[in-house]
Amino acid sequence: MASDEDRHMGSSADREVAAPPGPAAASGQAGSGGGVKVGIEIHQQLDTRHKLFCGCPTALSDRDPDYSVVRRLRPTHSEMGQVDRAALFESTRGKRFVYQGHYGSACLVELDEEPPHGLNGEAVSVALTVAAMMNMKPVDEIHVMRKIVIDGSNTTGFQRTAKVALDGWIDVGGKKVTIQSLCLEEDAARKVSEEPGGTVVYRLDRLGIPLVEVTTGPDMHSGAEAEEAALAIGRILKATGKVKRGIGAIRQDLNVSVEGGTRIEIKGVQELGMISSAVDYEAMRQRRLLEIRAELLRRGAPDPSGSQFEDLTGILKGTGSKVLRRAIDSGGRVMGLLLRGYGGLLKEEVQPGRRFGTELSDRAKARAGVGGIFHTDELPAYGITADEVSSVRQALGASESDCAVLVAAPEPACRAALEAVVERASEALRGIPPEVRAANQDGTTRFMRPMPGSARMYPETDVPSIVVSPSRFEEVKRSLPETLESKADRYRKEYGLSRDLALLVVDSPYAAEFESIVREGGADPSFVAATFEYTFKMLRREGVDVDSFDPGDIKQVLLGASSGKIPKEAVPEIFRWLSANRGKGVEDALKALSVGSVSPEEVRSAVAAVVERNLDLVRREGERAKSRLMGDLMKEYRGKVDGKLLFSLLDEEIRKRAE
Amino acid sequence: MGSSQGPGADPGAGTRAGAGAGAGQPIPPSPPQPQQPRRPGTGSDSESGYRGKVLELIRSKGLKVGDRVLVKDGRIELSGVLMPRSELEDDEHIVVKLPDGYNVGVSIGSIEILRVPDQEPPRPQPEASLPPPNPALPQVAIISTGGTIASRVDYRTGAVSPALSAADLYQAVPELGEVASIRTEILFSILSENMSPKHWSSIAESVYKQIKAGAQGVVVTHGTDTMGYTAAALSFALRNLPVPVILVGSQRSSDRPSSDAALNLKGAVTAAAYAPFAEVGVLMHASPSDDLLVIHRGTRARKMHTSRRDAFRSVNSRPLAYVKDGRIEVAAAAGVDGPGCRPRGSPGELELKPHFDEDVVLIKSFPGMPPDIFDPIIHRGFRGIVLEGTGLGHVPDKVFHQVRRAVDSGLTVVMASQCINGRVNMNVYSTGRELLGMGVIPAGDMLPETALVKLMWVLGQTEDHDKIRELFTANLAGELSERSEYDGGVADGE
Repeated sequence: MASDEDRHMGSSADREVAAPPGPAAASGQAGSGGGVKVGIEIHQQLDTRHKLFCGCPTALSDRDPDYSVVRRLRPTHSEMGQVDRAALFESTRGKRFVYQGHYGSACLVELDEEPPHGLNGEAVSVALTVAAMMNMKPVDEIHVMRKIVIDGSNTTGFQRTAKVALDGWIDVGGKKVTIQSLCLEEDAARKVSEEPGGTVVYRLDRLGIPLVEVTTGPDMHSGAEAEEAALAIGRILKATGKVKRGIGAIRQDLNVSVEGGTRIEIKGVQELGMISSAVDYEAMRQRRLLEIRAELLRRGAPDPSGSQFEDLTGILKGTGSKVLRRAIDSGGRVMGLLLRGYGGLLKEEVQPGRRFGTELSDRAKARAGVGGIFHTDELPAYGITADEVSSVRQALGASESDCAVLVAAPEPACRAALEAVVERASEALRGIPPEVRAANQDGTTRFMRPMPGSARMYPETDVPSIVVSPSRFEEVKRSLPETLESKADRYRKEYGLSRDLALLVVDSPYAAEFESIVREGGADPSFVAATFEYTFKMLRREGVDVDSFDPGDIKQVLLGASSGKIPKEAVPEIFRWLSANRGKGVEDALKALSVGSVSPEEVRSAVAAVVERNLDLVRREGERAKSRLMGDLMKEYRGKVDGKLLFSLLDEEIRKRAE
Repeated sequence: MGSSQGPGADPGAGTRAGAGAGAGQPIPPSPPQPQQPRRPGTGSDSESGYRGKVLELIRSKGLKVGDRVLVKDGRIELSGVLMPRSELEDDEHIVVKLPDGYNVGVSIGSIEILRVPDQEPPRPQPEASLPPPNPALPQVAIISTGGTIASRVDYRTGAVSPALSAADLYQAVPELGEVASIRTEILFSILSENMSPKHWSSIAESVYKQIKAGAQGVVVTHGTDTMGYTAAALSFALRNLPVPVILVGSQRSSDRPSSDAALNLKGAVTAAAYAPFAEVGVLMHASPSDDLLVIHRGTRARKMHTSRRDAFRSVNSRPLAYVKDGRIEVAAAAGVDGPGCRPRGSPGELELKPHFDEDVVLIKSFPGMPPDIFDPIIHRGFRGIVLEGTGLGHVPDKVFHQVRRAVDSGLTVVMASQCINGRVNMNVYSTGRELLGMGVIPAGDMLPETALVKLMWVLGQTEDHDKIRELFTANLAGELSERSEYDGGVADGE
């Protein structure tokens, strides 16, 4: 099992090189081990002027929505009679989708009320740049496809996506990681809420923002390696200068399998630091599930498919369990089934805090919308007494090695839930079911939906294909952006930044501003870099909205501080003031904080006066008196006068007297 | 199969770039299609969409669409399935579906293509089955004219084929079986911009036969571009209707999960089976939401948006009814506003009057309109002109002499307004009075398109000028009213 240490190791996105994987863990252990294969899919929002298929801006909106529409989606039946597993799964839930829109950030295209416009050329250029930086081969002609997605996150019921390049590689810590595919696709709508009745509310602003999807080969063998590769890919994407930043701008999906296991897709890994634990926990889950399978086979447990469901409401009608009570009192039923030979295995942990029983429960929740299931491995508990458990076991004819599963809900939901339980339990005899799983905050995962087939795509015929001529790609290759690594090198050489600070700056949103302030304004590079990387970080922690500072204001403050016009100590306070007083400028801040309002003559005479007043002290203590007097002066002038200047004046005045 | 159209668009509209066999909607082998314009000298293979150099290459290798291929060009090696291509795209690329489902175009410049034997034999198509007939349900006939309101996608090739048989329809929209006992007729499969008055006559005849054969309601699936015209035509051609006739289309084709087709079709069948009126109606979404459907009167419906689900609006009239959650709410102010609703089962024998005279033109007046555009119309012997005048019903005085010439040559000239909303009144300004004096017939509050269809129909019934005027100015199918009701807003027509 992954220790906290393991997880903390993976938590710093700034870390240069991931720690090498620990010693191969024994079966059932987390961490890297023999046979783990990891591939990554990175989705990065592009910072283009417009969305991928319309003229809307690529910005999200915080305002209350201006309008909403209600839609339903229905799966389309393929001519080959294959109703896609994933599509069918979603459709069994009869959902109703509410889409909220803002006038400025969504148009009829997002509402699926107007055909898409042509593929955004700016986004294609960024994608080709990424392709070139990853040594990929662009396709000769880009065809936009429709990938069926009917969870409502796309108003159309499909996501538009296009393969732009294939077959490349990047260097990660001296090792080649293959990049299988680069796609350009539209981002989905933002989910706002999901109501139990089956209504899901989405916002349209994010729908249509261009994303690049980078898919690696299954070349990584541990969580740490995967994290390192993700970091390297992220840096290449950032180097284009055309990617969005902030929460949700980059999302990682992981494909994880262990030897003898199954490829599992993990979605919703929002932070790089989560990759390592998500991979390790998934490897752990697969190994534990394989152990459970081996145990089931050893016991000769029969396939539970086709198991009878029993109505146990009668037996439990007097129960004191709140959950059961609520279901029964509202006209629902308590139903159960027996998993023969599964006894004791449902409480086996497959991930920290998640047992085999959780796998069954997840499936039932997703399929039938029930709150969860009870099983005899964890009973008596939840207000269900030992007597009730034995009555249930008796009613179902359970022996010692069997496990009974209960669910309390309206009857149709009970049946759907128990069917889902049987399905998942039966799969346990065969191995690990291919699934898409959602990452939890701690890196463990929960069931989301069955793995979609690859057949869910058909052409988007409303958008003409785009030819990528060899000359266009050559042009892209000739004008590739500087990689973050070479930029950091250059910063060290040209501006004398430390290696750490240089890496921080190039990796931050401020690289361009840093260069412009240092180059044009001749500001002190280390001071500027430190302001961006340390001061801004500190302010952000305080809750200051650093990202909305006006670049002109930033420049003015940093140049002022570099020239001594503004005391360096005052810089954080000035930014705090600017954040609290939107619409005001730097001059206003200086005035309000009385920064720089003291003329050098005034300072000099004030210093002289202090020295004069304390002449005895100065004579008695000599040099040592300086620190005390400096303290007095700072009390008055902190943030208003540069500390260095104050100190040198004091030094001068004392020396004058001493002579 | 000649051409097809992009699914994002109205199934009733024209052939689009993404055609060939992509995800367009193939046109079943019905009546001959007018050929789409092609580049000269590059005959394309109608099935694959390939043409020119690339077609030669594919033929020389003995390849066909659907073959598993290996494509090498020294730089890259791809294996996948050879896909069809839009015939409107260049002849320098082949389209290959990769194993992950993506299509990519590969330049044929220096490639080598090999056919690889397919390991997977194509799966047999499952038999679509009909539910057992339920005699308790009303019989509804669905006449299909082309808008592929129900269709199926082959995810392997992306081809969309129409689901037109009753069995197909049940498979696509299984709920229909709970609403009515359905029989289907594939009349023709045509893009709605290619509809002509001859097609209106055929549709009217089919509806007539279906009703005579016991249908308790008829649904006509139709492309949306000219659905309003056809609805008006049926309104005039079918006299003394005993049951509802509902035209229905969709603005998002049915191969996509967000299609409005299934809900509209279900609503149309519900209305055909249960609506208390015997009118020709046009059923579509009432808003961009999938909750409320609206039935417009056939003579008052106009497509007012190029792409929205609620593109159709009732003009100068309230809708006939709304359909929500399978329930029909009759909205037309029966008895208050002129025509009201003709009740289902109204007495009188259903009469078919399917003749339309195609020699009628619709001319929109505009500033600087050159008078000589009337010359060929008068010269060629057209029988009617609908003027879509400005404002209350005006044309520039520079064309007066031509209007007079047309009337004097025996043409019927009628005046509707390009304002769409409101009625013409040719007594307010001298221009109007002069035109009236020349014999121009005002079209009241009729839609210009309805005026066109009506004039075609009237001229198909009689050659007598007095009779023409009498029929044209009479309210025959709710297309005219004496009162203009205040509806709160002009722009939205609701």
